[in-house]
Amino acid sequence: MSEKTTYTGFWQESPRTGILGWLLTTDHKRIGIMYLGCIITMFIVAAILGLAIRLELIAPGRTIMDAQTYNATFTVHGIIMIFMFLIPSIPAAFGNLLLPIHIGARDVSFPKLNLLSWYCYIVGGLLAVIAIFGGDGAPDTGWTFYVPFSTQTNTNVSLAAFAAFMLGFSSILTGINFVTTVHRLRCKGMKWGRLPLFVWTLYATAWIQVLATPMIGITLVLIILERTFGAGLFDVARGGDPILYQHLFWIYSHPAVYIMILPGMGVISEIIPTFSRKPLFGYWAMALSSLAIAFAGSLVWAHHMYASGMSDLAILIFSFLTFIVAIPSAIKVFNWVSTLYKGSIELAPPMWFALAFIFNFAIGGLGGLALGAAASDIHLHDTTFVVGHFHYVMFGGGGFALFAAMHYWLPKFTGRMYNHKMAVIGWALLFVGFNVTYMAMQAVGIMGMPRRYYDYIPEFTTLNLVATLGSWVMAVGLIIMFANLWHGLRKGRPVGKNPWGGATLEWDIPSPPPLENFGEEDPVVTKGPYEFKGVVADEY
Amino acid sequence: MSEHTHEPVPYRTFIWIWLALLTLTGITIAVSRINLGSLNIWVALGVASIKSSLVIFVFMHLRQESKLFKIGLLVMLTILAVFIGFTFFDVLYR
Repeated sequence: MSEKTTYTGFWQESPRTGILGWLLTTDHKRIGIMYLGCIITMFIVAAILGLAIRLELIAPGRTIMDAQTYNATFTVHGIIMIFMFLIPSIPAAFGNLLLPIHIGARDVSFPKLNLLSWYCYIVGGLLAVIAIFGGDGAPDTGWTFYVPFSTQTNTNVSLAAFAAFMLGFSSILTGINFVTTVHRLRCKGMKWGRLPLFVWTLYATAWIQVLATPMIGITLVLIILERTFGAGLFDVARGGDPILYQHLFWIYSHPAVYIMILPGMGVISEIIPTFSRKPLFGYWAMALSSLAIAFAGSLVWAHHMYASGMSDLAILIFSFLTFIVAIPSAIKVFNWVSTLYKGSIELAPPMWFALAFIFNFAIGGLGGLALGAAASDIHLHDTTFVVGHFHYVMFGGGGFALFAAMHYWLPKFTGRMYNHKMAVIGWALLFVGFNVTYMAMQAVGIMGMPRRYYDYIPEFTTLNLVATLGSWVMAVGLIIMFANLWHGLRKGRPVGKNPWGGATLEWDIPSPPPLENFGEEDPVVTKGPYEFKGVVADEY
Repeated sequence: MSEHTHEPVPYRTFIWIWLALLTLTGITIAVSRINLGSLNIWVALGVASIKSSLVIFVFMHLRQESKLFKIGLLVMLTILAVFIGFTFFDVLYR
């Protein structure tokens, strides 16, 4: 049971006390914890909406809501999950918590800018809440705000678009901060070849955040201009082009999926070596494949638009480019598996989540190729196969990576350990429920069920029922996981500085880390991040 | 942040640049009224590039900055050009 400890690290050390010690903090760890709290809250809200969508689809016809409410529910589920959960999840929460520690720095380059990014996130979140509950009703466009519907519907689209605009600012500020921090604040001996892979992926992600996010900012402002002043940019009758909107939207929103998944790949690249007791296989291939994914992934956006009426030449080129992204992604999967090979594998809870990530990501990635090939995409476009596919990558990948990170690093930041057995039970239910839900959705999608439809023909009933049952198993798994983490991290057994036997810098400092991380003297790095010789896990 | 000192730019330069910007805006408007096919896009983008370069180099003093910032700008412009260029695989061949 719980033991009293007097050491509480950054939780107590602050120039200000009480709530202001948090709201005005510039400590990267406190900002990371605030981000994490908000992100998990958003995830729970959007997950409940997701369960409601699945419940509505349990049988044909009306079940629990009318069609307009259904449209609003999947729109709000998407907006919250994408803009308020997935995009900030690992970079803003665990990036803030760990990036400075991983490179041996006391904080990020611009600590005040870091706090400002959190406030942008909060303002964006509040505006989104107002858009959902106030005025003319929640937006019903889907999270993509496609024209011409988004310029004509009477719901709160302008406010929701502005909320996403603010959230974009938060993302850009974090990106600028991380790029500068990685370039300027690496400690002595921390060469580029000694950066943990998590830092490499955050660095690649930060570049996408800086370069691509302004595109969505401009695009969303154009939607507002169109709605408010009737600018005519996307209106064919006035010389505009509705497909141009789709280009502008996806120029950001496809790279955005790499903002969501790349840091997750970084988390997995940290966990796999630690629990295999082996250096990561192919360090430079892994580091450079992150940059390759960021680069190539920015040039494939129109593969979302094969059925839009775009030119055949564009379809050919974007299909080809899409297949190129599969190469660095596959390099990562093969290197993780090669790291496991002949390793001394320990199946601790973070490792279960990491293995589930590889499994889910492989299925999601291969489904992506079926969608990237123009011929098969014409059949699969706008079916629930697409929904299943991106949940495999975004939730089975990005979401599971976040949960892996929580199980791996939160004991570091709270100084306490959760119950391992409960964690594995939660993981197992989540993993099984997840695969049942989204595999069923992929299957019914191949049969032809369109996405976003309120009703369906009787032939699709069985698979929809299976998917809904799976969502309940998943929900139970999530409840067990969060309850176990919440209880364990507050009242669990105290842990030493290195409970897992990791070799990166965070495991050299106390749990929880003190303010400014390394005390009086900055660290000097003399070895790579995955050299486990002489590293021993603490008993707890 | 390092302190940069450089010669102040004379007002005369700013006024010349302003007149150049006005002229280029006039060209953009005039060309938009003539149908040159896909050439319209090239002219519009070309004029916009020259205008933004003038603003960035003169009004925003990039001319006096170190090479690093100039390379940084070039990289950003290349990426923007690629984004716009790839869009025309669709628009020009639809």
